Amino acid sequence: MLDLTPKEIIRRKALRINPAKTCQPIGAMYASLGIHACLPHSHGSQGCCAYHRSHLTRHYKEPIMAATSSFTEGAAVFGGGANLRQALKTMFTVYNPEVVAVHTTCLSETIGDDLPTLIRKAADDGIIPKGKTVIHTNTPSFVGSHVTGFSNMTRSMVRYFSKKNGGPKDLINIIPGYVEPSDMREIKRLASEMGINSVVFPDTSDVLDAPQRGRLRLYPKGGVTTRELESTGDATATLAMGTFASADAAIELERRCGVAYELLDLPIGISATDRFIQAVIDMTGKEPPASITDDRGRVVDIMTDMLQYLYGKKVALFGDPDHLVSMAEFLKDLGMKPVHIVTGTPGKKFERRIKAILKDSVPDVNVKSAADLFLLHQWIKNSPVDLLIGNVYGKYIARAEDIPFVRFGFPILDRIGHSYFPTVGYAGAMRLLEKMVGAILDRKDRDDSDEHFELVM
Amino acid sequence: MSEQALSNISRINPEDLLEEIVRSYPTKVARKRRNHMLVRNPEEPQHIQANVRTVPGIITQRGCCYAGCKGVVIGPIVDMVHIVHGPIGCSYYAWMTRRNLGKAREDGQNYLQYCFSTDMQEENIIFGGEKKLMAAIEEAYEIFHPKAISIHATCPVGLIGDDIQHVARMMSEKLGIDIIAFNCEGYRGVSQSAGHHIANNGLFEKVVGKDDVEQEGFSVNCLGEYNIGGDAWEIERVLERCGIKIVSTFSGNASYDEMRHAHMANLNLVQCHRSINYMAEMMETAYGIPWIKVNFIGVKAMSKSLRKIAEFFEDPALSERVEKVIAEEEERALKGIEPFRERLKGKSAFLFVGGSRAHHYQDLFRDLGMKTVVAGYEFGHRDDYEGRQVLPNLKLDADSKNIPEIEVQPDPERYRPRKPPEVLEELKKKGLIDSYQGMLPDMEKGSIVVDDISHFELERLIETLKPDIVCSGIKDKYVIQKMGVPSKQLHSYDYSGPYAGYKGAVNFAREIDMLVNSPAWSMITAPWEKAPLLKAVPNKV
Repeated sequence: MLDLTPKEIIRRKALRINPAKTCQPIGAMYASLGIHACLPHSHGSQGCCAYHRSHLTRHYKEPIMAATSSFTEGAAVFGGGANLRQALKTMFTVYNPEVVAVHTTCLSETIGDDLPTLIRKAADDGIIPKGKTVIHTNTPSFVGSHVTGFSNMTRSMVRYFSKKNGGPKDLINIIPGYVEPSDMREIKRLASEMGINSVVFPDTSDVLDAPQRGRLRLYPKGGVTTRELESTGDATATLAMGTFASADAAIELERRCGVAYELLDLPIGISATDRFIQAVIDMTGKEPPASITDDRGRVVDIMTDMLQYLYGKKVALFGDPDHLVSMAEFLKDLGMKPVHIVTGTPGKKFERRIKAILKDSVPDVNVKSAADLFLLHQWIKNSPVDLLIGNVYGKYIARAEDIPFVRFGFPILDRIGHSYFPTVGYAGAMRLLEKMVGAILDRKDRDDSDEHFELVM
Repeated sequence: MSEQALSNISRINPEDLLEEIVRSYPTKVARKRRNHMLVRNPEEPQHIQANVRTVPGIITQRGCCYAGCKGVVIGPIVDMVHIVHGPIGCSYYAWMTRRNLGKAREDGQNYLQYCFSTDMQEENIIFGGEKKLMAAIEEAYEIFHPKAISIHATCPVGLIGDDIQHVARMMSEKLGIDIIAFNCEGYRGVSQSAGHHIANNGLFEKVVGKDDVEQEGFSVNCLGEYNIGGDAWEIERVLERCGIKIVSTFSGNASYDEMRHAHMANLNLVQCHRSINYMAEMMETAYGIPWIKVNFIGVKAMSKSLRKIAEFFEDPALSERVEKVIAEEEERALKGIEPFRERLKGKSAFLFVGGSRAHHYQDLFRDLGMKTVVAGYEFGHRDDYEGRQVLPNLKLDADSKNIPEIEVQPDPERYRPRKPPEVLEELKKKGLIDSYQGMLPDMEKGSIVVDDISHFELERLIETLKPDIVCSGIKDKYVIQKMGVPSKQLHSYDYSGPYAGYKGAVNFAREIDMLVNSPAWSMITAPWEKAPLLKAVPNKV
């Protein structure tokens, strides 16, 4: 397994090996699926759309419907305008979506297709039926990562839909970040337990966790509606979770409609969830019900009951920046030591944030943005860890180095659960604890000698 | 649900169904799409439109040229470093997702678990990416010391004018290893198929024929076999039992070294005609190696293919050995299939895969007593449907013209006819060598063929015909299953396999039975939805 990875680290400036990110459009496609009755559309070569649909399908085991402009060489030379017009005509005639959410690709970005103009022209020419909306976002694959694409499409939802129609309503916008349908569902549940009216966008719950009912709904019942998106302009405030995935949309909403925002970390782990609940309290003056405080207490209960198995354990962590910031803090709260942290997404602010969180507990943390799993593996070879946490690609490193492994983040292509059980909120903290303790104890059970094989742990 | 599709297809008029389906399209689209569909009628010559542009927005299964080149043909070569020149996504998505299995040879070189990319950034798009590509090659060499490197272009590379061929030549000279560049930008051609062709060209020009290692005995190359789920290993097992030696496989579990002496084999076996027929043709012209179309999918098809190979070599001892192996293997396989066949016979299947599998798996379904009622390729050409006799009449359109055809001449030193010309002519006439009849002749009257199927067409066909199983890819799998119909992925084999050869057929039978007859399907409707809702209200008195 990964036998050719040497321990010795040679500095690389050009070659990416085993990336810890992918390109923007897939994030935009995922975000688009969080709009009700929306058909995502990839403006570029067919392969982009095929790859993104395939990868999202592998992660969710659900239909991922999306269309493409099917560029050929002609479009690459003369521009993809004609392809987009044909695509819109076909999509609205055959698939009747409420919204078509167009994102670009490196091809259409390099050509320089002007999407707003193309869309306006299509509308003028009657290609976009009355009452239907075509939105777009630019997702050049050579900038940022899949998280950037998610962020860009979420911001486009604000640009195209949010309206100021009057005074602020009794409404809070929640931008949940690049998280799972289960997480969006949990965030909505928490908001409703707190007794607040909220619009969560994007919202892929009831889209990418749809029930098996023996009939296909091209547009499942979930997703934020266009009317709800419009109303975000009249909200009293926005809670944006995750700097990388959600800040831009919140800032745009303030700029356009004057809705004040608060930028929070993803509510993963106990401290970040505490801050989320506290922010809702501060914003609305509403006290959380006892059920939420009890849930929190159950998390702390597990933390105190099982601390001997977690305390001081060294962890290697990789994935998307918003997830890693909250997870690193959670690990710190558990007395664990996240010693190696890698994200593929570029952004020095990520490194600074991680260092700030870990300055007392892991002052010499190895942290790098715009890095890859090859480097992480080499770090681990040079300084071994007790636990690896990250997306599915971590399983190769875990096997090569024989390290217990907890799947966390996007994508997870080889297990189920992420779409059904949240990692956000106190419920999510419990699930993460169960997984980490389980992985560490399974390893202990495997390695203990017969006479030390424990019945009770 | 059993046999429902069969009765449905005989009850309805399939021509009317196709007409009704295309009526939902805009007029021009309807006209175009109708030419990609036909109802099989063996009594008349039939033509189908294929290998042309997909309608934008129609929701297609198709991918791109890069996917066909790097993803399909070159990526599976085990001991080369494959560097993708472009933004990160293209390399990322082709990283271990296709299940082309492979093992390191004695030198320990296996790069299949690695993903290499130049991860182009905005400044590379603006100022050009050649320097970054050169640096990436140098870094790869410094870390791994591979014997060869491939470079694959993604969409923006062609547009910004990076000359990857030049970079390859320069770096090859500098480092003293083979570096092969493929201009497989995603927008070339109309599907993955363009990428196959480009990959074939590169391998033929730069790899094949470079190392003359004498091959003894009945030596063959296995072309168009990608070792999904271990297929190539099962094929190899059976061929070895027969005394037939595989020199190189193109390209499942392939090694660069073995490909270099592939031209020393005496016969090419073509499994996936679509992706590799170019190689077979070019090797025949340059080195005099004839090719045979085989199908290793299905018990009877496997035996038939072995007999064809034996017939070619005209060696009584070989023929005897082949018959002995067939007798033993068939008996075991048919016995293995029997319990599943009992539960599957009479059921119906749809097949929408690739450029060959939609044909190959019809044989395997026949072994199971099942019938393929609708089939079509994602990126096949007309010859894959109608047979190679249509080739001289095919007009090259603008999209095909930009894929280079290489002029091949007999190699002055290495051209060696494997049989006297008159014998070869005879074998050609018999259809044993250099011949492929396509899918259509194997499809029964009244069955439906749809090329480059759209989501809409797939949904309507399933709704109307209610097949027992639909074989397709990952993008369709859960779409189909949400309709209450089981779906088998025939690209990735649902992370199982092998399905080729005798053992593979038994695996396949077991899994189709599992999919079709699983109790899970009977749980879709909740008990309270089945029973009449209004029962007497409990007595409140």
